[in-house]
Amino acid sequence: MVVMLSTLLMLFPLFEDNPYTLGVTNLIAINTIVVLGLNLFIGYAGQISLGHAAFFGLGAYGSAITTGTYGLPPWPAMLLVAMAVGCIALFVGIPVLRLSGHYLAMATLGFNFVVHSVLLEWDTLTGGPSGFSGIPYLAFGDFSFDDEVRLHYLLWSFTMICLLLCLNLVRSGVGRGLSALAEDETAAAALGVNTRLAKIKIFVLSAVMASLAGSLFAHCYSFISPDSFGIFTSTDMVIMVVIGGMGSIWGSLFGAGLITLLPEWIGVFENYKDFVHGGILVLVLMFLPQGLISGLKDMVTVRLALHKQKGKQKDAAT
Amino acid sequence: MLRLDHLCKNFGGLPALSDVSFTVPKGKVTALIGPNGAGKSTLINCITGVLPATSGSVLFKGHEIVNLASHKISALGISRTFQNLRLFPRLSVLDNVMTGLTCEGGHSMIMAMLRLPYLRHRERQLKLRSLEALDYFDLSDKIYWPAEILAYGDKKRVELARAIVGKPDLLLLDEPVAGLNGEETAAVGDQLKLLRRAGHTLMLVEHDMDLVMEIADQVVVLDSGRCIATGTADEVRRNPLVLEAYLGRMEATA
Ligand SMILES: Nc1ncnc2c1ncn2[C@@H]1O[C@H](COP(=O)(O)OP(=O)(O)OP(=O)(O)O)[C@@H](O)[C@H]1O
Ligand SMILES: [Mg+2]
Repeated sequence: MVVMLSTLLMLFPLFEDNPYTLGVTNLIAINTIVVLGLNLFIGYAGQISLGHAAFFGLGAYGSAITTGTYGLPPWPAMLLVAMAVGCIALFVGIPVLRLSGHYLAMATLGFNFVVHSVLLEWDTLTGGPSGFSGIPYLAFGDFSFDDEVRLHYLLWSFTMICLLLCLNLVRSGVGRGLSALAEDETAAAALGVNTRLAKIKIFVLSAVMASLAGSLFAHCYSFISPDSFGIFTSTDMVIMVVIGGMGSIWGSLFGAGLITLLPEWIGVFENYKDFVHGGILVLVLMFLPQGLISGLKDMVTVRLALHKQKGKQKDAAT
Repeated sequence: MLRLDHLCKNFGGLPALSDVSFTVPKGKVTALIGPNGAGKSTLINCITGVLPATSGSVLFKGHEIVNLASHKISALGISRTFQNLRLFPRLSVLDNVMTGLTCEGGHSMIMAMLRLPYLRHRERQLKLRSLEALDYFDLSDKIYWPAEILAYGDKKRVELARAIVGKPDLLLLDEPVAGLNGEETAAVGDQLKLLRRAGHTLMLVEHDMDLVMEIADQVVVLDSGRCIATGTADEVRRNPLVLEAYLGRMEATA
């Protein structure tokens, strides 16, 4: 499946060279990276964060400031920023992850609020509400990623690597431990899962992924403004996780794709975007609380299991 | 193997365990009995770090484990089942059992993301061992089922499989046959006997006296949080304190 998708993505620009369309699919790639990380945290580990746009924003502004203002080369800057954001996530995570449910949601929301305000207010560094422009493009030597086709290959390579790494993670004992603690923290701990550490680690990982996506976002548009990193972006990301499927890596891709494309499809309703997102979320939660992909998958496995059972009972009866 | 010393547990001032002391010898089966509300589950919860103890000590293989974090106690080799089933409902039966091998997974998140060959090899071994445990409990044909759709008896056995798959040094079972029918009880009883023969150290909470008489080497009786008797099954059965604890209860409810 990974190979198939990669091939499709390699060929895509050959058929579709409209820069606008590629711009949209590139945005999907960036969102997918954030949503993958967030899905590990929400879907697998069963926690909630309404503040991941903050890490996304810190990554974006971190890269913008280090490369735009201080002239650091973009690639090392990106790594440095990701590490710094990881440390911030650690400091935030250690106290905040003692909470759960509504309290955790409020705490992460508050964190997003603080970061957003800093981006707005500290205008000498961030450019304030009018944004930060003149961020250099990423480049390998003279080869600069400055048009949509080149960005397509760059962004989707990143996304596919992240997707693969996440797939590996959830298939490992670490991933099992996360799903276990999401379902029953006491039982998971009694079986040897270090639940506190596991939650902190996955929170940091998801923040680092959001930061990387933010850096890519900054270098890709060369202009960023605090608007992109407010609490509504955070909720949109949670919606992507929920719609694609809690605890489904492929669902993350689907959710990010669907919600990013939605405004394109419903052009006229642009102003009602938040209503539409909210409406979809409510519908999905009512009918498939595990999200589209995971919900359907669950239904299929249960049906299959029960079907087999019935077959066997019939065999036994005859 | 396990030694409790003056273990106390209060729930908001109300004592659930007071001054409980006894030892669980290696390679033997200890049964913990007592009327409802005696504090048997609370005792197991305190030993495994699910609940913090108020005071006292628990020594396991020479380590003081009282109030240690659950996962550390598990890593030392104590494994348990719960009175009210605590499977991971949406995980498959196989994944449920493989979670019992968490302590042997021992690799970092970054290693897991890279899925190096040695990890894949280790993962395969863990899977094989889990399949073995499931086979032991006759669950081989349901390994990919989500645990939540299993029948009650199957769930009980998955929990047992999950507890023994890591070959723990000490196995604590909270009412392993509660709610099972006669046939299922006999099957689980046989499996427990096999475990004893294989040299496992067991402590089980059980109301089913026939099972207790059959497999327990040592019986510990709790009543209202106090340890009122210890000894072999026969000794305990003849102990007047024990008779009173049980009969007194019955008269009160009659
Ligand atoms: N979390 C808790 N908070 C407050 N009181 C509790 C708690 N858990 C147990 N208790 C009380 O502690 C006492 C002992 O309960 P426990 O569950 O250990 O009994 P038990 O011996 O396991 O009984 P049973 O045979 O019914 O399982 C009971 O009176 C119970 O009400
Ligand atoms: Mg109990």
